[in-house]
Amino acid sequence: MILTNVSTVPGKKIVEHFGIVQGSTVRAKHIGRDFMAGLKNLVGGELKGYTELLQDSRDEAVSRMAEQARMMGANAVVNIRFATSSVAQGAAELFAYGTAVRVE
Amino acid sequence: MTEILLQNLDLLIFLVLLALGYTAGSMAEKRHYRSIHEREMELIKLPVVTAEGRFPPGKVKESFMVSGNAVISIDYFKRLLAILRNIFGGRVKSYESLVDRARREAILRMKEEAKARGGGMVLNLRLETSTIGRSANQKKQVGSVEALAYGTAVVFNRK
Repeated sequence: MILTNVSTVPGKKIVEHFGIVQGSTVRAKHIGRDFMAGLKNLVGGELKGYTELLQDSRDEAVSRMAEQARMMGANAVVNIRFATSSVAQGAAELFAYGTAVRVE
Repeated sequence: MTEILLQNLDLLIFLVLLALGYTAGSMAEKRHYRSIHEREMELIKLPVVTAEGRFPPGKVKESFMVSGNAVISIDYFKRLLAILRNIFGGRVKSYESLVDRARREAILRMKEEAKARGGGMVLNLRLETSTIGRSANQKKQVGSVEALAYGTAVVFNRK
């Protein structure tokens, strides 16, 4: 599965369009991480736990999207965009969408 | 003497936290900026553009998506400064540097991934920021910001 966020796949030709595909996941941080982040918040700096959490969830959203594209018979997803929204206290929704295509 | 201290225990804790936030926070920020500068100099040869590229056929070997993110939190002292700033309005410098650090770190991580996988250029860079939870300035909330950078890395054919 080739993933790009430009409208084509550089070096390849699009032969078929399948329409949009999307994947999303809602994640909450757990208490331990929250506690550590609260402590870290006193001195500032990077919150590694949150960085990893968001990275993992975004990978999850992308893999769901890729799975959907694969079921349609596509071999690439172009024009991928990410969006984030906080739906509830302490939880975040990570959303990825793009256009499924077949390239040669 | 100890009696006075005990009576004003919460004030004392507040001052200790403030001092801790100020010293540790400004040290961490300086260290972070130094490392950002160093790595930016290392990766200066890898161009990143916000435009989509058109390449002649046969030039590009493969392309893939790369991304990088960073969650940076603000320290106790700067948060207080920002709250005070809210009264008078104007530039909130402490938050400016926070967002700047997060963004540059995210771009650097993206570039590092692109370089590790052999990319020669990154196209169509997009930047996004978000907060976890709600507002960054509320009480009992972690004042942090997430920056995400993503783009398409292309690997060129060697001739």
